[in-house]
Amino acid sequence: MFGILTRRSKNGHVATEPLERKVVIDIRGITKMYKMGDVEVHALRGVDLKIYQGEFVSIMGPSGSGKSTLMNILGALDQPTTGEFFLDDTDVSKLSEADLARVRNKKIGFVFQSFNLLKRTTALRQVELPLIYGGAPGRAKKAKAALEAVGLERRVDHLPSELSGGQQQRVAIARALVNEPSMILADEPTGNLDSRSGTEVMQIFQSLNRDQGITIVFVTHDPWIARHTNRVIMLRDGKVIADREVAEPLIAGEAERPSEADEMETMFKDAYYGGGQDEYN
Amino acid sequence: MSLFESLRIAVAGLVTNRLRAVLTTLGIIIGVGAVIGLVSLGRGVELFVAQEFQSLGSNLLFVFSSRPASDTRTTIQPLSTIEADALANPTIAPSIRQVAPQYQVGGQIVAGANSFRLAISGSTPNYTSVRSWFPSLGTFITQEHVTDAARVAVLGTTIVEILYGDSTFDPVGQSVRINDRVFTVIGVMEERAAGFLGDENEAVFIPISTAQTRLDRARTRDGGFEVSVLNIQAVDESRMVAATLEIETYLNDAHGINFQGEQDFTIISQADILDSLGAITGILTAFLGMIAGISLLVGGIGIMNIMLVSVTERTREIGLRKAVGARGVDILMQFLIESVVLSVIGGGLGVLLGVMITLFAGVLVPDLALGVTTDSIILATAVSSFIGIFFGAYPASRAARLRPIDALRFE
Repeated sequence: MFGILTRRSKNGHVATEPLERKVVIDIRGITKMYKMGDVEVHALRGVDLKIYQGEFVSIMGPSGSGKSTLMNILGALDQPTTGEFFLDDTDVSKLSEADLARVRNKKIGFVFQSFNLLKRTTALRQVELPLIYGGAPGRAKKAKAALEAVGLERRVDHLPSELSGGQQQRVAIARALVNEPSMILADEPTGNLDSRSGTEVMQIFQSLNRDQGITIVFVTHDPWIARHTNRVIMLRDGKVIADREVAEPLIAGEAERPSEADEMETMFKDAYYGGGQDEYN
Repeated sequence: MSLFESLRIAVAGLVTNRLRAVLTTLGIIIGVGAVIGLVSLGRGVELFVAQEFQSLGSNLLFVFSSRPASDTRTTIQPLSTIEADALANPTIAPSIRQVAPQYQVGGQIVAGANSFRLAISGSTPNYTSVRSWFPSLGTFITQEHVTDAARVAVLGTTIVEILYGDSTFDPVGQSVRINDRVFTVIGVMEERAAGFLGDENEAVFIPISTAQTRLDRARTRDGGFEVSVLNIQAVDESRMVAATLEIETYLNDAHGINFQGEQDFTIISQADILDSLGAITGILTAFLGMIAGISLLVGGIGIMNIMLVSVTERTREIGLRKAVGARGVDILMQFLIESVVLSVIGGGLGVLLGVMITLFAGVLVPDLALGVTTDSIILATAVSSFIGIFFGAYPASRAARLRPIDALRFE
C-alpha cells in the first residue's frame, strides 16, 4: 500500500500513519509515579500517543486526570517513570538536565495561563529570551518578526504593565514562536483572559496552525476551547479514554460562546424568573 | 551562553529590582567603608606613636639604676659621672656617639608668689643634641656653666606658664629661687607635644654640677658624682645592639657584677619602647580591623539573605527561564554574577566611604597623618568580591537546582 506506513509499536498494536505527515510526538507506554510521603500516586498509567506535524490537538480531562503531568512530560519539563518519548525522533525520556534544557529551547514553545512574562522587561527582550539561551545570532530581527506574527509590531518597547492581558499573552506566544519550535505547548492559554481577548488569542493560534502549519498542543479543561482544535484527547485517571478528531472545528470569532446560563438551562426543574419564592404565593 | 550575556542578564535583573539591590549593597558599602576607615585610623595612630618616639632623639639608649633581680645582691651602686665619661670614650665604647648624664633632684622653684615642686634636672650641654630638643628662647646650659656649677636655669614652657601665668612670657634674665637658692633664667625650651613620657614641658634644667654639689651632695665612691640617667646616643641605628653590649660590659665590670640577675642598672632602647608600643598600636589596628571585618561579614550575610529572598521571590522567573531553555548553569551564573556585581559595586562605593571617613577623621584630628593605603583598597575589593561569590553561591545553587515544573507552579 502506498502512502501509508504500517509499523508495529512496542506494545503490540498496529498504528497506521500517512507517510507524508511527520510524527512530532511519539509517546509509548509512558507512566509517571510520584511519591507523596508513603503514598505512591500514579499520575499516568501507560499512555500511548502520536501527534503529527501540523496538528492542533487539545488534551482534556478533569483535575487529577494526569493532564498536567502529561503536559510536563511533553514539554520536557519532567521525565516519565517508564516509557519512551520521541520528540522529532529524539528520545527525550533519557536526556540529562542540560540536554532537556536544550530540547525545551529549540523544540518547544511554551504558553502559560498566567503569561509568565519577566517584569519590567520590554516585549522585545521577552521574546529574545529563548534566543539568548539558544545562542542564536540576529536576535532583535527574529524577535521583531515573531512580534509581528502576533500583531504586536507596534508594542515592541512596551513593558508588561503597559499591555492588556490579551497583548501580554500574545507576547508570550511570540516568545514561544521565536525559536521555530517543533510544537507549541499551551496550558490553558485563555484561562486568564476575558472572552474577547480569549477569542483574539485563539485566532492567533488558529492562524499560526492553519497558515504556517505549526503544531500546537493545548492542555485545557474547557470544552469550548477544545472545540476550536482539530483533535481532542481525553484523559481520566492517568489513561487516554478517548482520542477523536473534531468533526467541525469552530473558527474563533465566528461562533459566540454560549453563556453558562444557557449551557445549564436543561438541568433545572423550572424556569427561573428572578426574585424571591414567596413573590408568587 | 557567553559570560557577557550572563552579565547582561544579571545587570538587567538588578536594575529590575533597584531598591533591593541598593539595600543589599548598603551592607557591603558600610562594611568595606568601615574596614578602610578604621584600618587607616589605626595605621595613623601607629605612625603617630612611631613619630612621637623618633622625636625623642634618634638612636637613643637610656641607662638608669635599678634593683637587681637576684637576691644574691641587695645593694645598688649608683651610676656616676666617671662612668658617663668612660662610656663617652670611643676606645671603651666605640658604638656610642655621645653620653648626656642627668642628675635629678627634688626641688621647689619659686618666682614671685608662684611656686612649683618638681624633679630638677641637672644636665650637660650635649643634652640638647642627644634628645634633639633645643631652647626656643635664650641658650641652654654651656660647658662653662657646668665647670663653674653656675646658678642658671632653663625652663620648660609649662613651668613658664606656672610661674609667670603665660607660656609665651620671656623670662630670660629673670631670677627664680630653687630650693632657696637664686638662679638666673637663661633660656626656655621649645614646646614639645605631650608625648609618652608625659608632659616634657614640665621641666627645669640646671647644670649637672650645680645639681650634684649645690642642691645635693651626690659624691660616689669612685670619686665622681652620682647620675640618675644616662641618655646615650649610639653611632647609628645598626650599632644599637653593639652599644647596649658595650654599656653592659663596662658597667658589669665597674659594678663588680658576675651574673645577669645581679645587674643594678637597666638599659632601655628607644627601639624597645617603640616595639612594645608598636605592638599595642598594632593590636589596636587589628582590633579596629576586626570590628570592621565583622560589619563586612554582616554585609555578606545580608547579601546571602537578600539573594535567598530574591531566589524565592523569583521562583516563577527561574521556572520560566528554565522552560525557555536556561540550563542550571545559566541560572547559577545569573545569580552568582548578580551577587558579585552587587558586592563589587558595594566594595567600590565602600572604598569611597572609607576614604571619606579617613579624610573626615583627618580634619577632626589633624595630629594624625591619615592616608588610605592601596593595599587596604585592594584587600577590601578582593574581600568584597569573595563575599559576593561565597555568600552568593548558596542562593545561586538553590536557584539552579529548582525543578522547572515546581518553579512554574509556584505562587
